[in-house]
Amino acid sequence: MHLTRESIDVAALVAEVRPSDGAVCIFVGVVRNEGDGGETVAIEYEAYEEMAEMELAHVVASVSQEWPEARVRIVHRIGRLEVGEPSVAVVATAPHRETAFTACRLAIEWVKEHAPIWKKEIRPDGSGEWVEPKTRSILSEPRTPLSDTLFNPKWRQEEEDLP
Amino acid sequence: MKVRILYFASFRDAAGKAAEERELPEGTRVIDLWETLAREIPALSRYQKMPVAAVNRLSTVGYHALEDGDEVAYLPPVAGG
Repeated sequence: MHLTRESIDVAALVAEVRPSDGAVCIFVGVVRNEGDGGETVAIEYEAYEEMAEMELAHVVASVSQEWPEARVRIVHRIGRLEVGEPSVAVVATAPHRETAFTACRLAIEWVKEHAPIWKKEIRPDGSGEWVEPKTRSILSEPRTPLSDTLFNPKWRQEEEDLP
Repeated sequence: MKVRILYFASFRDAAGKAAEERELPEGTRVIDLWETLAREIPALSRYQKMPVAAVNRLSTVGYHALEDGDEVAYLPPVAGG
């Protein structure tokens, strides 16, 4: 299961490290007080849960296929989260840091681009606004091998151009 | 044939419901159903093109012919993370 309504326990995910792992790379996304549409006091996350579980499992399997020595865990929270609370955690472990960093980065970008999950920013007055990101193409470039795409200069440029 | 339509996030707000069952003519395609919904629900017609669609939880294409019992969802631009 990759979706949860409970607080994300990052330490528990890190504790799953295997004896062969020499590196653990952790990405944690947290709710911030300035959203796409202005001041934000909370975010309500919603998912097409059955499909999101399949998509997140697909991401995990795809990363393993690309880097057999890496293992990725993804947990995404749904429901209402206050500022400062973790909304998503990606923990990638591998024998060495290069693979762990790369696998972690790929996994979070993939989740953000494809998982059927939505967020509504809650304003101080209690009103809400669904976030609709502009189309992003980070993972739509040719990506063989994936690591080349992940670290090529053009890709970094696009990343800097993101809102 | 009868299909189940799911609405999420802004589409759920626009439709005023999370799901509905709908009777459709045989041969109805994913794009045909979208065009029908976009006519009925003005807030959906602001999308120039059909959004990502899923049938039975797998993403699909507009010419996919729907079948009795299918679960259909049109997905607003995703924003997880």
